[in-house]
Formats: sequence, C-alpha cells, structure tokens
Amino acid sequence: MVKINTKLAQIGNRSETATGTVNPPIYLSTAYRHEGIGQSSGYDYVRTGNPTREILEKAIADLEEGDRGFACSSGMGAILTIISLFQSGDEWIVSKDLYGGTYRILEQTFKKWGLNSHYVDMSDLDEVSSAITPNTKAIFIETPTNPLMETADIEAIAKLAKEKGILVIVDNTFYTPLIQKPLTLGADIVIHSATKYLGGHNDVLAGLIVSKGEKLGEALFLHHNGAGAVLSPFDSWLLIRGMKTLSLRMERHERNAQALVNYLNEHDAVTDVLYSGRGGMLSFRIKDADWVNPFLQNLNLITFAESLGGVESFITYPTTQTHADIPKEVREANGVDNCLLRFSVGIEDVEDLMSDLDQAFSKAKQEEL
Amino acid sequence: MTKNDYSFETQLLHNKHKFDPTTGAVSVPVQYASTFHQPSVDSFGKFDYSRSLNPTREALEDIIAEMEGGTRGFAFSSGMAAISTAFLLLSQGDHVVVTEDVYGGTFRMVTQVLSRFGIEHTFVDMTNLDEVRAAIRPNTKLLYMESPSNPLMKVTDIEAVCAIAKEIGALTFLDNTFMTPYLQRPLELGVDVVLHSATKFLGGHSDTLSGLAVVKDEELGKQLYTLQNSFGAVLGVQDAWLVMRGIKTLSVRMKQSQESAQKIAAFLQNHPLVQRVHYPGLESHPQYEIQSRQAKGPGAVLSFELENESLFNEFVKNVKLPVFAVSLGGVESILSYPTKMSHAAMPESERLKRGISNTLLRLSVGLESTEDIISDFSQALDIASCNLIKEG
Repeated sequence: MVKINTKLAQIGNRSETATGTVNPPIYLSTAYRHEGIGQSSGYDYVRTGNPTREILEKAIADLEEGDRGFACSSGMGAILTIISLFQSGDEWIVSKDLYGGTYRILEQTFKKWGLNSHYVDMSDLDEVSSAITPNTKAIFIETPTNPLMETADIEAIAKLAKEKGILVIVDNTFYTPLIQKPLTLGADIVIHSATKYLGGHNDVLAGLIVSKGEKLGEALFLHHNGAGAVLSPFDSWLLIRGMKTLSLRMERHERNAQALVNYLNEHDAVTDVLYSGRGGMLSFRIKDADWVNPFLQNLNLITFAESLGGVESFITYPTTQTHADIPKEVREANGVDNCLLRFSVGIEDVEDLMSDLDQAFSKAKQEEL
Repeated sequence: MTKNDYSFETQLLHNKHKFDPTTGAVSVPVQYASTFHQPSVDSFGKFDYSRSLNPTREALEDIIAEMEGGTRGFAFSSGMAAISTAFLLLSQGDHVVVTEDVYGGTFRMVTQVLSRFGIEHTFVDMTNLDEVRAAIRPNTKLLYMESPSNPLMKVTDIEAVCAIAKEIGALTFLDNTFMTPYLQRPLELGVDVVLHSATKFLGGHSDTLSGLAVVKDEELGKQLYTLQNSFGAVLGVQDAWLVMRGIKTLSVRMKQSQESAQKIAAFLQNHPLVQRVHYPGLESHPQYEIQSRQAKGPGAVLSFELENESLFNEFVKNVKLPVFAVSLGGVESILSYPTKMSHAAMPESERLKRGISNTLLRLSVGLESTEDIISDFSQALDIASCNLIKEG
C-alpha cells in the first residue's frame, strides 16, 4: 500500500485527463449542462457536487481510511452537518475538555431542539460507561483534548459504544491522520477543523468529515447537500495545496514542540507543561496570572491569536479566546484556569522561539514588579 | 448630495467599501487570513477569527444590508446554509407556516430535518390569506414566504402576510432570490429576515455558491450573528469577493434580463403550442396588481407549460441556446426542468398537488439577444410539432 507521505504529495495528480494537468483545476461553475432530461455528467449543482471539492473529499477519505469524505465551510459547519443525523430526545456523551465552539452549539442551540449532551472525562472509561443511557446515540471525542492535552482510548470507547449501537465521532484536528486514524480504531466518523494542520497556513477556513459504511455516508451526503455548509472550490483547492506539505510540517511541529516541552519544564516562570507526546500542540501554566498579559504583549515573534496548526507559532489564551463561551465555573473545574496558555508550535527555528519566550517571560516578571 | 440621495444603481458602486482605507484600492482586498493578531488579553481587536468576522466577508455583509435597507447582513456558504441557519432561530415545539411551492431544498429541510427536531409545519398557498390565517396555531412562530415563488411565479401579498404575523408575534422570512433588492425590498414591507441564494442574480455569473441574510431589527441581528458564528456555514473570502464583483453589475444585468423576459413571456403566451405561461409581468397573471405594487418589476424568471409530454421532450431536445441545467440568475439563459431538478426532492404527489406538472419548464433569462432566444424557441417548437405530426 502506498505510504501516507506519498498520498499527501500526490493529491489531485492524475485527476484529469484532458490536459494532463498535475495540479487539479478549480471548477468555479455553479451549474452543469445536461444533454437532455435525466442525462447528467454526474455533476448538477455545485452544492451537491464539485470536481475540485471531490478531489479533496476523496483524499481525506483515503488518508483517514474511511469510505466517504465531505468538505464543509468550517469545522463547525462539519459538526452542524453531523448533528443533522440526530433528533429530539437523543443524547450525546462529549469530552468535558472541549473546544468552546462545539460546547456553544450543543448548549445554546441543540439543547433548544431537544438534543442533550453529557460531559465526561473521556480518559476515564467507567465515567463514559456510566453516562450511557438508552437515549445515548453518539459519543463525541476530542483526543488529545483542547487545551488540556488529555488522551482518550478510542479503541476501548468504540468497543463500549459498538455493543450498544452508539456512534463514535472523533475530532482528529490536533493529530491529523499522520498520527492517528480513528476509523481504524473503531470510530464511525472523523471530523477536522481543516483550518488547522491540514490547511496549515492560516489562510483557509474549512472543515472535513470522513465516515465509515455506506448507510452513514448516504445520510451525511443528504445533510451536507441539504444544509449546504459546503466548502467552496477555491478553498478546496487551497486546502489541497496545504495538505501536500502536511507531513513535512508535522514533523517539524512535533520536533519543535518536544524541544519546547523540555525548555518550558525547566523554566521557573512555568508551573506545568501539558503535552501528549505527539504533535505540535502543548499548553503550559504561567506562575502568576498577572504575568499573562505582559507576557503576551512582549512576544515579538510568536503571535497572540486564536486558531492553531499553522506554520507560524501562536499562543492563545483559552480563558478569553477559544473557551470564552464555557461558563467560568465549568471551565475552571475542568482545569482551564486563567494561568493556562495554549501554544501551537510553528515551524520556525526552535532556538528563535525559545529566545522570544525567554525575553517575554523576563519582561512579564519585571513589569509585574 | 449625500450618499443617501444616490439612487440604488449608484449605491451599488459607491458604497461604504468604495475604497480600501489603507491603500485606496477600489476593489475590496481579499483577506485570506483565518486568524488575526491580538494586541493584548484585555483589548481584543475587531477581528479575531475568520469564522467570526472577516474583513472581506464583512464588506459584502455591509453592502447587502445597505441594499436591502437593513441594519445587518450575513454571508453564508450557500443559500441553503443561509436558510438552515435562519431556521435555527426556532425551538423544539414551534410551528412554521410555509409557502407550498417553496424551493425543493427548503422543502427538504422543513420536512426531513426540522420535523425530526420537533418543529412542526403547515404548507399553505401564501397567495390565499384565508388559508394562511387558518393555518395559524398557538405555537406558530414563523411564516416563510417566497415571492414570486419557484417555479410557478405566484406572488404573495407580502405586507398582508407580515400583518398577520405581527398580530400573533411570529417572525416572517422571505426568500428574495428571484427579485433581488433592485426590484423588491421586503424589509420595507415588514419582513423580518430576507434570504438570498446569492449564487443567482446577485452573483450573476454562475461561478460562486453563496447565501445571504439581512435583518432590520438589531436584536434579531445579534441572534442571527450568534448562529452564523456558531455553525460556521460562512462564505469563503474568495467567494465573498466574487459576489461583490457581481453586485456591481446587478442593475444593468437585471434590467436587460427583465426586458427580455417580458418579450419572451409575450411570445410564449401567443404561441399555440404553449399551454400556460407563468410570469408576473403579464397582465393576465392573477397577482399582477400585487406585484406591480410591491416590486419595481416582474424579474427575469418565468415558467411555462407545453401541451403534452411528447411535445415537451421534442422541444427540450431541439432547443439550442439556453443551458439546460439547474440554477438560475446567470448571464447565460438557463432552462431547467423543476420535476427532475429544483423540485426533485419533493414527492410526485406533493409536486403535482402544487401545480408543478411534468411539462413545466423554468427559464431564467440571461443577457443574450432577446431575438436570438425567441427564434431559438420558435424553431424548437416548430421542429417539435413537425416531428409529432410525422409520428402521429
């Protein structure tokens, strides 16, 4: 079987025979001509199917070893599409340490439509098991979690779920199929905020879904087309372009992250470092919450911004950014306190990153005095 | 002369985003950034993450809000994404009254998705106000209109339906895709949320998939913003730019297409092989008066029925100029077959009940010469009838 690095580099090549183009064309046309009634080229309307988007959808399905892929206008658009599979009275079990945006739609909108969610520590199988009720229809896992970097045992959870006919959905944004392939571990659906590592350049907003099995794929297709949160042809092409360098980028992200974990662990301004051992994401706690703002303001190289997974290093403050929608008491009980910073390690030279952190820590300490 | 005195045609070109403030560029820059640098934890900039707000998308949102006379606009990844997101304003247990010949995609959303989440619906003939009133229930929270409707071009008395909604405290949505704000401004008639498939006349070039929503009420605007940001069915920046580019020529395109549509409708109405023409620009149209009152014109979409299916098949085979495809509102004339295309999601019994017959064709008139379209239709009808006589 072709290795994943090869698959990534080759996305879209040999997709077209008329010109032999190596890089796939961007088809902007919204409509496709029919030769006559009932005669379609397979493409009718861009929302339903687009040749550029299809290359991306097939590629991600192949990379995740699933059956069907769907490209959405954002990671949240992917979650919306999946939620359409459910109905009032259904229940979800969800990772307690969860991206704030996912928490917001579950609590603020889908609760109103009668879909209830229970939040558990996914690393504790007993807790997962005891949260299951006859109405449980899905288990939604983020692993590693955002921002606490806890890992869940997908295989064990999937085994638990299979016995009861519960769908297992895994958000694989942090790891990408390079590090983890949830469908091979028993999950039914994988989702991505492809804005992050897959795109990798902080220049495209996109979401992806990969499903296993024909029935699930058909149902998702219906809602993908029906709700219409689809990815545009241009953004599909940008994402393909990003994915071609995923493995090179991820190698560097990971190497830099591992070096920075050692550096931060040794630093006296830092109390904890949270890292799963793989990938480019880590979190750390600064000793004093009052140092947070001066530290961020004095960073010269690393960008203080939301989002992650790009070539540039980012530091995010979950309290006011990604997790602002989670009530304070819930957030703090989960460990997302106001000393916590999330670090998306970029592909810069790691020594430059360390020097930037060094000087920002020193200035933060001084300014606070 | 202040900006507000400009006519609509001028405002399409001279709006708030006429110049880029940094460089003076006369075309809004496309900002690909998915995220934005923040100065400090205490003071976030206006832009933080592209799903929440992006400068290019914002320009389009401002422009459509101004065009519709609303306070806030929203851009989505498709017309259906705009519609689905707006439906999320509802809660379990609510009831919706929907126009019966609604777009097939909206029909599917209402019957297959909303119903599973405990949101009930009743389809009515929106042109019949008694029927609308009779459908109201204590839990009715929304009246959903399309005017003119797709594909039968039935015209709803928008002000009257809004008045009914106001009495019971329900919201009104209106899909304004066929008219665009150039011809019809529903917010001024009392509608709460205007929806668009901007893929059609606003974009106008069959090259971008997009949806828009506009509201007048600021509180409703906040609610819709939360939903837009939460669900993330937002429009990509390249597409936002393409729609803005299309909007610059909206008035000239619409004017030309409408003039052609009026002539083609008259031609078809006088043709012996054409059984019925649905176009609100014809005086024989049942709601001709209402259309003339609430809109500046009948638009550039019409539909017509041929006498029988064999004639229909021959006609479709021989017509050369229009693209035979789904969608509408492009510079190219597009002929489509609602039974198998826009309304394929509707069961046959429902479709026939709504008057969408198997010989109905919808024509979206483009920018080709009117004479060319008429002579193409004329030759296709001639050949069709000759072939039938030969066979017959």
